[in-house]
Amino acid sequence: MGRRILPISVFIVFAVMMGFFYKGLQLDPKLLPSALLDKPAPSFSLPQLHNASLTFTPEEMKGKVWLLNVWASWCEACRQEHPLFMQLARRGDFPIYGLNYKDQPEDAKQWLIQLGDPYKVSISDVEGNVGIDFGVYGVPETFLIDKEGVIRYKHVGPMSRQDWIEVIEPKIKELEG
Amino acid sequence: MKRTLVLILLMLFCVPLLQAGEAQLREDPEIKERFKAVASELRCLKCQNQSIYDSKAGLADDLKKQIREQIYAGKSDEEIVDYMVTRYGDFVRFKPAVDSKNIFLWIGPFIFLIIGGILLVRYINVRKNETEEDSEAISEKDRLKAKAILEQNGDK
Repeated sequence: MGRRILPISVFIVFAVMMGFFYKGLQLDPKLLPSALLDKPAPSFSLPQLHNASLTFTPEEMKGKVWLLNVWASWCEACRQEHPLFMQLARRGDFPIYGLNYKDQPEDAKQWLIQLGDPYKVSISDVEGNVGIDFGVYGVPETFLIDKEGVIRYKHVGPMSRQDWIEVIEPKIKELEG
Repeated sequence: MKRTLVLILLMLFCVPLLQAGEAQLREDPEIKERFKAVASELRCLKCQNQSIYDSKAGLADDLKKQIREQIYAGKSDEEIVDYMVTRYGDFVRFKPAVDSKNIFLWIGPFIFLIIGGILLVRYINVRKNETEEDSEAISEKDRLKAKAILEQNGDK
């Protein structure tokens, strides 16, 4: 027995490590959990893209479940998810707000004219400071914010139809309850 | 010849321009040190194997700006790191603080070392006992053999 315990324990440790490695290989290192999950969305006040004299603050959204989509005209991946947002906007049952991140307002407006504007309001974060407050590290990112202004979900990267149907829409239904 | 000279002169004039980006850094050496220390300790989210200090990604530049502004605003190093952690999570730290979530990662290697050590000592003891038994057995045999030889020699 005393002789067996060494090889057996070595094998168990090895097997457990292999298990971790196998799981680890399937994880995408670019996907980070948001530190802001289940925390109140950071407060800000920024000019609107289409009318800089008007501002937008998340406090206006109290009582509503809403999506904040962080995008930029220089962001290629944003083009991928754009048709989905256009479709959702046409359906019109759920508000999507756009945070135009580190972009030139002129470029952003041009982009929206070309590809269509799915956003209820576009917010202009030219300096990217609000992006930092939201912990944005790569566009596009999409935040789901509940009636109390708490961030309930964060989607990193372009949102696919499947993401919407399987994850985000059910979460919205649940939050709107 | 003259044109070459002009070209060389023009190139020399460019050198200060190249350094203009670092001009901001040519400041109080103490602040410079602190800035370097804090920015080196934080991971660039965009290029994850580089620190914010090393990275030239757009986001890293913005965060460098933040760090410098906060140093000037009189924030402590811990406050600046906390600022980053609340936004980007523990992942931004190259040396995460010990907490309940990662305690096993910190002490795990030592647990394995102790388990391994115990097993090794036990293994060695078992082997030692075995070899001791063997050596006694052999010496007993040898003693008899030696005795026989001695007795034989004694007869002569």
